[in-house]
Amino acid sequence: MNSSALREGTARVLFSAAAAVSVVAVVLICLFLFVNGVPAMAEIGVPEFLLGAIWRPANGLYGIFPMIVGSIYVTVGAVIVGVPAGLLCAIFLSRFAGARMAMLLAPGVELLAGIPSVVYGFFGLIIMVPIIRGLAPGHGPSLLVAALLLGIMILPTVITVARNALDAVPRRYYEGALALGADHERAVFCVVVPAAASGLLAAVVLAVGRAIGETMAVIMVAGNQPVIPGSLLDGVRTLTANIALEMGYAAGLHREALVATGVVLFVLILLITLFLNAARKRGGR
Amino acid sequence: MAEMASVAERVTEEGKAPAMAASTVDLAPAKMAVAHLGLRYGDFSALRDVNLVFPERQVTALIGPSGCGKSTLLRCLNRMNDLVAGCRVTGSVLLDGQDAYRFVDVNDLRRRVGMVFQQPNPFPMSIYDNVAFGPRTHGVKRRADLDEIVERSLRDAAIWDELKDRLRKNALGLSGGQQQRLCIARALAVRPEVLLMDESTSALDPISTAKIEELVRQLRERYTVVMVTHNMLQALRVSDRTAFFLMGEVVEAGPTDDVFTHPRDGRTADYVAGRFG
Ligand SMILES: Nc1ncnc2c1ncn2[C@@H]1O[C@H](COP(=O)(O)OP(=O)(O)OP(=O)(O)O)[C@@H](O)[C@H]1O
Ligand SMILES: [Mg+2]
Repeated sequence: MNSSALREGTARVLFSAAAAVSVVAVVLICLFLFVNGVPAMAEIGVPEFLLGAIWRPANGLYGIFPMIVGSIYVTVGAVIVGVPAGLLCAIFLSRFAGARMAMLLAPGVELLAGIPSVVYGFFGLIIMVPIIRGLAPGHGPSLLVAALLLGIMILPTVITVARNALDAVPRRYYEGALALGADHERAVFCVVVPAAASGLLAAVVLAVGRAIGETMAVIMVAGNQPVIPGSLLDGVRTLTANIALEMGYAAGLHREALVATGVVLFVLILLITLFLNAARKRGGR
Repeated sequence: MAEMASVAERVTEEGKAPAMAASTVDLAPAKMAVAHLGLRYGDFSALRDVNLVFPERQVTALIGPSGCGKSTLLRCLNRMNDLVAGCRVTGSVLLDGQDAYRFVDVNDLRRRVGMVFQQPNPFPMSIYDNVAFGPRTHGVKRRADLDEIVERSLRDAAIWDELKDRLRKNALGLSGGQQQRLCIARALAVRPEVLLMDESTSALDPISTAKIEELVRQLRERYTVVMVTHNMLQALRVSDRTAFFLMGEVVEAGPTDDVFTHPRDGRTADYVAGRFG
């Protein structure tokens, strides 16, 4: 009895410690970001920082609006490319593919998830950029390539999470639909998929997080001009790219402005996640 | 009355002598019938030479101990067993004299032969959309038509008054008994000819059960009902005919009163008296 109480106590301490580590990490990161970033924002001026259209640290101009827009464009583009394809693929794997087909495809999807982002970037750089250049001379690294590449990169996240959500839909919904004379397609698309809606949205939330946070691959294919793109073929710089490109040599206010960029990124992700989760809860009811 | 009695006479022998049963199947004005029906799940033989008729506008109860094949038989009648890998059916299932496994389109069959499951299984969508799902599946699009079908079906399932003000609410928010009556309404909405009910009251409280039993008694004026039940009293209260199963075979089938009061087989007598199973 005593030893079991002891074991329980130890387990409790261990689990609490593990939980504490992650909470402390989050708190420390937030603290670091805000302590280093907010004063810079105040110094530059919040409207000038968030809405300023020109980023030229050498001249003391710190407007990150083009990067905010860039991040949103690239993410939306990735979602447009990756989410429909990923959801359809998940539906196929979960409800249409035979056991053997699923066994062939599922490891492929896992492999896709395991490829380092710098390799994706390399693929984009040496395959996709030349194709775009061939189709539209004078262009190459661009919003379009970044969106396409990110769309591919979020596929495994979307597919895996969505497939789990679809697999978890109780069999009785599907059977209930068939028993009313619905065929397989109607039962899947009109009953099973809506029943999994909350899980499918979770897949989208994760995919958006992945897309907006991706750095390396985007830097390699997006062109990185800190200017609001006028078309799909223009170059674009994201918030993450802005930080990663310049952190190496930045100092003083420039450096703090980059940390402040991180604060904006953090808040942006938080807002999107909160919004999508709220939508998910609303839909689930 | 006279007609019902003659139906009863003609089909009394079916459980006893399969050979004779086959001929009575031809004679009876049966909505559905199964003849020499056998079913295997892989190597396991779940049904063997089952011969039964389900006369039009009567309630047939299937009784028997757990695992004897009642649900299996029910799922043959609307071919839900098609979903089970390794399930093989022999013999025939007839709907209006047509072989359900050969000539009738399976989705059409399931529209004509509706099913209410043991666990209430409303879809996670609004009450209205649940009931409208079947009609929409079969091509009803006009809003006014759908409204009318939804109201009629909910009325037929004796749940319209309870739900009419919350048709847009999610069906999962209903109580178990309400969910089950909603599922009955959903099944009725496609205007089936036969209704299969697999222990549809086993998850419910006595009051909900009584409501559904009352409902079945009314439904039999228009529908042919086949119900599985473990509740002997329920079989007595609502069914016209009863078939008793044991280990995949029909031991005895006939008018409910006969099966319960003058069973011809000792095992039936033991079972209905609660002595085994
Ligand atoms: N999908 C399946 N695969 C293999 N065997 C099955 C399957 N479904 C049912 N069986 C077997 O077939 C037999 C009959 O099952 P069935 O579900 O028809 O019984 P039941 O009479 O409805 O029992 P209960 O009263 O417990 O619902 C059982 O022995 C069961 O184990
Ligand atoms: Mg059963």
